[in-house]
Amino acid sequence: MGETRATKPLQVTDANFDSEVLKSAVPVLVDFWAEWCGPCRMIAPIVEDIAQDYAGRVKVCKLNVDESQSLASKYGIRSIPSLLIFKAGSVVNQVIGAVPKSELVKRLDMVLKT
Amino acid sequence: MIIGAGPAGLTAGLYASRAGWRAGCLERLAPGGQAALTAVVENYPGFEQPIGGFELCSRMEAQARKSGMELLREEAESLTLSGGGVSVKAASGALDAGAVIVATGARPRELGVPGEKELRGKGVSYCATCDGPLFKGQTVAVIGGGDSALEESLFLARLCSRVYVVHRRHEFRAVKVVVERALSEKKIVPVLGSTVTSIIGTDSVEAVEVRDVASGAPDRLEVAGVFLYVGLLPNSEFLSGQVARDDSGYVITNEEMATSAPGVFAAGDVRRKLLRQISTAVGDGAVAAVSAARYLHGLEKERK
Repeated sequence: MGETRATKPLQVTDANFDSEVLKSAVPVLVDFWAEWCGPCRMIAPIVEDIAQDYAGRVKVCKLNVDESQSLASKYGIRSIPSLLIFKAGSVVNQVIGAVPKSELVKRLDMVLKT
Repeated sequence: MIIGAGPAGLTAGLYASRAGWRAGCLERLAPGGQAALTAVVENYPGFEQPIGGFELCSRMEAQARKSGMELLREEAESLTLSGGGVSVKAASGALDAGAVIVATGARPRELGVPGEKELRGKGVSYCATCDGPLFKGQTVAVIGGGDSALEESLFLARLCSRVYVVHRRHEFRAVKVVVERALSEKKIVPVLGSTVTSIIGTDSVEAVEVRDVASGAPDRLEVAGVFLYVGLLPNSEFLSGQVARDDSGYVITNEEMATSAPGVFAAGDVRRKLLRQISTAVGDGAVAAVSAARYLHGLEKERK
């Protein structure tokens, strides 16, 4: 019933980060977030929209920093939401803090072009 | 048309749509604005058990939508006034309205010291609620002496091992109950009469350098995070040249929330006013909606 979303953000953890993010064939947007984080909840619908809009071209993942603390510290996450764009296993772009959808679209299109 | 879906904009939307007007609310990010980033709200009447800022704003949004307000996820880029109407330029095109309520709020002011920009998101933060838990068990500094600075220091004291509060004056400006609570918290260490001269760190924040205002003596505080609460800047740049603003950029209105431009009203933190709180923002929003409605009625009469 209601609106069905074809592509939803994928939850990643320590267990599948390697296979889903680092070894992904397409660029990956990873949203580092936590339950207690207001702006993370504010941008959650935007991240879901992106997953839908870029289905097949960009993989959208969510990583809970409380559950995967080692990954959060590995990537130097000191502020959330932090949105990291991975391509071929490395970070190629990074957005810190809540931003409008248009800003994310701009960054993703830039990454897809290169 | 309402610009901004914080407490002021959402209240304006509630009142306008209940009065039978078609009310659209533009929001660049997500409903709630700054209020949604507040950990707990203790001074909004009706909630004797403190309510989370995000939760309170979600309820305001739900109520406004239920009454018929339409939320549009778009950023207002500029405003054009034309005979008896206002046109708002957004990314997707121009949106025309009979009247506009500007409720774009304010954003944290930057301190403007070396290291602040470079280390933003790497230990420099403007939101303790958002980033505080990433500094669990560590030492942090809060800069500022107002209500926000001390309330967020208390929040951080629950998580961090030590919280320095650096303030340029010798007394905090926050309300008495909050100052007393902060001063009795053992983890909070006031650093009064001092200003921050720079934020130090390579990959992440390592320390803040401060200077005693009276003696000029420098000091260094070893911290992993710096939380800045040194005032606000109004989100009013897009109104440039169209609506009268004061020297700080706050929109000037009368008691009816009318600005210098016919058909343009303002509500909430973006206005020049004495007190910027959720409780004052919702009052502004209600008045602005009624004023805008009265203005639209006047226009309709003229046309007849």
